[in-house]
Amino acid sequence: MERDDIIEYSLDVHHSAEEGAKIRKKIFFVTFLLSAITILEVAVGIMFGRGTVSDLTWTIIKWFYIILTLVKAGYIVLVFMHLGEERKSTKYVILAPYLLFISYLIFICIVESNFINSVLSQFGVQ
Amino acid sequence: MSTPATKNIDSATLWGGKGSPFSISYGKLMMWLFLVSDALTFGGLLIAYGFIRHKYTTEWPIAEDVFHSLPGLDGHYPLIYVALMTFILIISSVTMVLAVEAGHRLDKKGVIKWLGLTVLGGLFFLGSQAWEWDHFIHGTSGYVVMADGQHATFDTHGHHYHDNAELYAGADLVLSDGTVVTGERKLSLLDNSLKHVQGANLQENEYGPQLFANLFFFITGFHGFHVASGVVINLIIFIQVARGAYDKRGHYEMVEKSGLYWHFVDLVWVFVFTFFYLV
Repeated sequence: MERDDIIEYSLDVHHSAEEGAKIRKKIFFVTFLLSAITILEVAVGIMFGRGTVSDLTWTIIKWFYIILTLVKAGYIVLVFMHLGEERKSTKYVILAPYLLFISYLIFICIVESNFINSVLSQFGVQ
Repeated sequence: MSTPATKNIDSATLWGGKGSPFSISYGKLMMWLFLVSDALTFGGLLIAYGFIRHKYTTEWPIAEDVFHSLPGLDGHYPLIYVALMTFILIISSVTMVLAVEAGHRLDKKGVIKWLGLTVLGGLFFLGSQAWEWDHFIHGTSGYVVMADGQHATFDTHGHHYHDNAELYAGADLVLSDGTVVTGERKLSLLDNSLKHVQGANLQENEYGPQLFANLFFFITGFHGFHVASGVVINLIIFIQVARGAYDKRGHYEMVEKSGLYWHFVDLVWVFVFTFFYLV
């Protein structure tokens, strides 16, 4: 019996050779970008270590790393994992719960570890 | 390119049943939801790392001082080896996305070529990680717990000693108050010392707070376990492709699904790399 409740989405994603060439061009661009970012990060990591620069410089470098990491992660998820080409509801069902939970976890852990650190330094344990 | 996701469907039809409102197959959606849960696990681990790292602000080891070796070389090359590992994983992610692209053209030879290279890249990464762990566990000259309980370190003057007998004979001993001891007195102090801690394991760690080693083993180990299972999954898909199973099915979606997992492994490494080795 033919079933009408299963739709094979996978059959519709095939593309031609010309479209493939265009997609490959994008893949190579992203490859170049990811490699360049990694090389930049390592170069900065070798030149400026924690403890060899002032606190302000280190804070700037730290945020520089975090932003570049998020850029890399964005390219991997949106291009390599093709999430950028999915329907809006798919994007939301995947990203929204994750970002919600993780941003809360980051918030609470930073607040708590700041507190513990201040207690430890106040009482001279550290 | 017209995929199901780019078709213009009004939301009443989209959410009215008879099809997925997400316009992707059940298997792919489930793979995505699994990855969300797995990402929460890794997110939790890395945030726990950040919490503990923040607590020990000053005494936490600096990555460049811990990871600075290359196989077969004696010099000081901070971060080069781990950058190489990152590069291997990025390239294997690229070959994976090329395998997915070849699958969309039903190009079996292309899928075999790129998926094969992906498996190879994964194996290279695992080998690199094994060396990294081996080096981390064996460590460098380490520190000595003296008879009075104080820690003393060695000043090797940049020289690399291959065993402890050479190290004791050649390197200077630096006591906790900064005094440099050489010659006969050094040897007698070493003879009376309690123990010599080298490298890291779950009980001792020459690099800094014990939790640094524990978190290193757990997080990179858990990631390595993911890479290992990814290699196995890719290998199974590779065999299926070579047997022509997906030609019969008419589409290469299994390559896409294992590709999602493989990219996720790369994604996690991007964060591990930043928070373990850079920040």
